[in-house]
Amino acid sequence: MAYPPEFKYTKEHEWLAVDGATGTIGITDYAQNSLGDIVFVELPKVGAQLVAGKTFGTVESVKAVSDLFAPASGTVTEVNDGLTTSPEKVNSDPHSAWMVKITLANPAEVDALLSAADYEKFIADEQ
Amino acid sequence: MSNENIRKVTTHISQNEGLIFEHSSPGKKAYRLAELDVPEIDASAELGAALRTESAALPEVSEPEIIRHFTRLSTWNYAVDHGMYPLGSCTMKYNPRVNEVVSRLDGLAGAHPYQPEQISQGVLRIMKALADQLIEITGMDAITLQPAAGAHGELTGILLMRAFLESQGNARKKILIPDSAHGTNPATAAMAGYEVENLRSNEDGMVDLAALEAQMNEDVAGLMLTNPNTLGIFDEQIAQIAEILHRKGGLLYMDGANMNALVAKARPGDFGVDMMHLNLHKTFSTPHGGGGPGSGPVACTKHLEPFLPKPVVVETDEGTLRLDYDRPQSIGRVRAFYGNFGMLIRALAYIMANGPDGLRQTTEDAVLNANYLRKKLEGTFDLPYSTPTMHEVVFSDKLQSKSGLKTGDIAKRLIDYGFHPYTVSFPMVVHGALMIEPTESEPLEELDLFVDAMKSIAQEAIDSPDLIKNAPHSTRLSRLDETAAARKPVLRWKLESK
Amino acid sequence: MRYLPKSSAERAHMLREIGIGSIDELFAPIPAQFRLIRDLCVPRQMAESEIVDWFRARAAENGDGYDILLGAGAYNHYRPLVIDALISRGEWFTAYTPYQPEIAQGTLQAIFEFQTMICELTGMEVANASMYDGSTGAAEAVMMAMRITGRNSAILARSVHPEYREVIATYAKYQGLPLTEVAFTDNGRVDLAALDAAITPNTACVLIQSPNFFGTIEDVAAIADIAHAKGALLVVSVAEALSLGIVRPPSEADIVTLEAQSFGVPLSYGGPYAGVIATREKFVRQIPGRLVGQTTDRNGKRGFVLTLATREQHIRREKATSNICTNQALVALMTNIYMDVYGREGIKELAQQNLAKAAYARKQFGTKARVLFDGAPRFNEFVLQTSEDAYEISHRLAAKNKIIGGFPLRKFYPELGNAAVWCATELTSRAAIDAAAGEVK
Repeated sequence: MAYPPEFKYTKEHEWLAVDGATGTIGITDYAQNSLGDIVFVELPKVGAQLVAGKTFGTVESVKAVSDLFAPASGTVTEVNDGLTTSPEKVNSDPHSAWMVKITLANPAEVDALLSAADYEKFIADEQ
Repeated sequence: MSNENIRKVTTHISQNEGLIFEHSSPGKKAYRLAELDVPEIDASAELGAALRTESAALPEVSEPEIIRHFTRLSTWNYAVDHGMYPLGSCTMKYNPRVNEVVSRLDGLAGAHPYQPEQISQGVLRIMKALADQLIEITGMDAITLQPAAGAHGELTGILLMRAFLESQGNARKKILIPDSAHGTNPATAAMAGYEVENLRSNEDGMVDLAALEAQMNEDVAGLMLTNPNTLGIFDEQIAQIAEILHRKGGLLYMDGANMNALVAKARPGDFGVDMMHLNLHKTFSTPHGGGGPGSGPVACTKHLEPFLPKPVVVETDEGTLRLDYDRPQSIGRVRAFYGNFGMLIRALAYIMANGPDGLRQTTEDAVLNANYLRKKLEGTFDLPYSTPTMHEVVFSDKLQSKSGLKTGDIAKRLIDYGFHPYTVSFPMVVHGALMIEPTESEPLEELDLFVDAMKSIAQEAIDSPDLIKNAPHSTRLSRLDETAAARKPVLRWKLESK
Repeated sequence: MRYLPKSSAERAHMLREIGIGSIDELFAPIPAQFRLIRDLCVPRQMAESEIVDWFRARAAENGDGYDILLGAGAYNHYRPLVIDALISRGEWFTAYTPYQPEIAQGTLQAIFEFQTMICELTGMEVANASMYDGSTGAAEAVMMAMRITGRNSAILARSVHPEYREVIATYAKYQGLPLTEVAFTDNGRVDLAALDAAITPNTACVLIQSPNFFGTIEDVAAIADIAHAKGALLVVSVAEALSLGIVRPPSEADIVTLEAQSFGVPLSYGGPYAGVIATREKFVRQIPGRLVGQTTDRNGKRGFVLTLATREQHIRREKATSNICTNQALVALMTNIYMDVYGREGIKELAQQNLAKAAYARKQFGTKARVLFDGAPRFNEFVLQTSEDAYEISHRLAAKNKIIGGFPLRKFYPELGNAAVWCATELTSRAAIDAAAGEVK
C-alpha cells in the first residue's frame, strides 16, 4: 500500500495529516500489517490533551496490545467512534481509518516528523 | 521408523452436543427434594420486597441428559489421561487416583472451615505435615499454604518482600524482572505497587550479571527470578545473583513454577532465595482441572516469617494444633479461610507415595525425558540456546518459517498426531518459540512417538505446508475464529441465538 | 516408583542416546555446592493402602458425622452424586486451561454455560470464568471499580464478611486505595444515612454483601441509588449463592461478585471454592480473569474460545487487569452441573426449604435467647445473642451433641457481645435444631 506523500509519519508507525491548525492521526499500513487482525481500538475523549511522543490510546489484536503514540501535541476535537464497532477498518483501509483529530498546539513539531519517502526507507530497514 | 508406523488420530465417537440450555424443557427435572420436616413457610411474607419474582432461567433437564451432556463434552477435551501433554512451564504430569480418593473422605471434604479446633485436629495435622515437608523440600524456614494459585502466591511473596523492606524503613520502588519471565511476574509486581524494570538476559539465556549490577540500587526492592527459567536453563550464577541483590539490601524472589526440575536435587533455600512459591498443581501432581483449582504455597526465610499471612498452624505444648491469628506484623489475609485445602491433601498424598527416593527419581526422569527430546529433535528444529537445559526445552520455528509456517501451525498439526501441543510463542525472548516439557510421566514409547510426529511434521513442512497450515484435520472443529470472537464478543447464551 | 513409567534399562538407553554416562551430568548446571547429596527428610515411600489408612485416621480425628448449624461464608448443602461421577472423568480433571480450542471444546462450552447461568442468577450481563473464591473476587471487583471510575477510594459495609474485608485490605493497601467502613443499624442493614455521608467524589465504589454476614438481606436498590447519585459504583458480594434462588437478584449493582461454593462444592475446610465476577457489558474490558466467547470455526460451525485475552497478564503484563492465571475451572464445572440438576424450579424450591428451616430454627432459638436484627428479611442465617459465652456453647454442642454451632461474632464485632451467627440449610434436621436450641441460654 502506498504511503500518502502529504502525510507525516512517526517511527512508532502513526501518520499525521495536517490541515491548517487541525491534525488527523491514524496508524500506518505497516503497523496494521504487523499487528494482524485488529479487534479493539481504545481512544481518548474529546478535550483530552495529547503530548508529542506520549501514548494516547491502544490498539489490540487477538494476542497483542500496542500503544498509540502522539505524533504531535494538541487538544482532541474529534474521535472516530466508528472504530469501536468496526475496528477492522484499520486493517482494510489504514490511511483512511483515522483515529483522532486534534488542534495542533505547536505546528513546529510537525517538521520533526518523517516524510513518506523517509518513512518507507525506515520500514525497509526495519524489515 | 517408516512413515506408516507413525500414529495419527482417526475419527472416533464424537456426537454433536448443544448447550445444556438447548435441552431444557419446562417440567423436566433431575432432583427430588427430601421431605421438609419443619412447617412450610410463605416466602413472600418472609421476604417481602426482597422476594425474587422472576426465576433465573436455569436449564430444566433430567439426570440422564446431564450425564450424557457432560460425558459427550468431555470427549472433546484432550487430557493428561489421553497422552503426552507437553505444555511447557505447566508440568502436566500424571494425577494419581489415590489423591482424589483421600481428598474426598467424608471427614475431610465435609470439614467446615469454622468448626471448632477440637474437632479439626485431622485437617490441621494434614496442613502441618505438608508445611513441614515443603519446608524440607525447598530448604526454606517457614511457609504459608493460603495462596490459591501460583500468581496468588507471587502476590503473597512480593507483599512479604514489601512488608519486610518497609519494616527496615524503605519499601523501595522497583522490581527487576528478566525478559524471559511469565506475564504473571510483572502483573504481580504492579499489583503490589511496584514499578517493573526489565532485566535483560545474556546470550546464554541467563541473567546478565553486569546488567544486574548496573540496575541494582537502593530503589530496587528485589528480583523475581524463575529458576530454572522459562528456557529450561538453570542459572548457574544464582549465588552471585543473590549476592548482588543482598549486598544492596534487595531480596530474591524465586518463581517456583519450574520446581519439578529441582525437587530432591537442589533446594532454593540453600542458594540464596529469600522467598518462593510452589505450584502444587505443577510439581506436586494436583490436577489442573481444565484451569484450576491450583494452589500456590509461599515459603520464605526466617527473617520474613513474621510477615506471613494469618492464620498459621502452630503446635501447642500438649501436642494439639491450633490456628494462630496473633501475628501483628502479618501482611494480612490473601484469601478467606486457609487456602485450597483439598489441593493440600492431594499434594501430601503425592509426597507420601514418592518418599525421598521417589521424589529424586521423579526429578531425574523429568530432566532425562526433556533432554532426550532435545537430543532427538535438535537439528530438525532450531535450538536458539545451546546452553544445557533441565526439565524443558525451547525450540524455534526458524527452519519451518521458510515454508511460511509458524509455531502455532506446527502445534495445530501435532493435534492430528494425537498429542497436545507444546506451549506456543513463549517465552518471548525466543521468536516463534516451541516450549516443550514432557514431565517424568511419559514412557519411552510415548516420547519416541512424539519425536516421530515432530519429525514427520518437519518433513510435511517441506513437502506439503498447506497440510499444516490447515491443521488440525482430525477434530470436530478446526481453526476457530478468534478475531470474530474478540471483535463482537458473545459471552453468554440467549434464547434468540439458538 | 509406581508413577514412573520407566525401567532401568530404558533409562540407561536414554542416557546413551543423549550421549552421557550418568544422569548427574544433566544436573551439572547446578553448582556442586548446591546439589543435594542426601535424602530429603520426608516420610518413606508408602503403599497406596498405607496412604489411604493415614488419611482415614486424620479424617477420624475430625468431626465426621456432625450436624452443622454453621454457615458464615461456607454452606453445608447436599451435593448431588452426578457431580463427582462426572468430574472424576480424566477428560475434565486432567486437562488444563483451554489454550487449544480444537481439543478443549468440552471445557470451553462448559464455561460458556457457566457464564450464562451466573448472568441469569445475578441479573448481570456478563460473567467471567471464575476467580479463586468469594473473598478474592470481592477484592478484584473493588480494583475493577477503581479502574472504571478513575477514583481511588472505596467504602466497605461493616456487615461484609470480616475475612473478605481483610483480603480486600491486603489487596488495597499497596494500590494506594484508602478503605473506609460504614456501620450497620439495629436491623442489621447498612446505615444508609451514614453511607450517603461517607461517599466522596473520590469514592470508586461501595461494597456490600447481601445476604450480609449476619444473614440479613440488604436494600440493594436503595444503596445503589445512593452510590450512583454520587457517581460511585455499587459492588454486591454474594457469599450464599443459593439465596439467589428466592431472593431478588442485585440487578441494580454495577458488579456482582459471587462465591459459588453453595452449588455442589464440598466444604473441604475452606477450599477450593469458586468466586465469580459478573458485571455490565460496558465494563467487560475491565473484568479480570478468563472469558469464554462464542465463535465459528473455518467450516462455520459454532464453537467456543478464550477471548478478550489482551486484558490478561500473559499479554499486557504489568498493565493487566489482574495477575490471575489459573482459576477454579473444575469447581466452576461442579457448580454448572449443580445448577443443571436443580434447574429453574429446583433452585427456587431448595431455597424455599432453606428459608423454612432457618425460620423454624429462629423460632426455636428465639424462645431461649434473643434473635438480633429481626427488623429486616433474611435467608438461611440469623444472629442469636445469648447470655452464655458463644464459644462455650460451641464447645459444649460439639462435645455433647455432635453439633457444630454458630460462628461467635465477638472477635469481629465486640459490641454484639455473646452473639453468634447460625445457619440452617436443607440438610439441617429438625431434631438437630431442637437439640441445639435446647442447649443455648
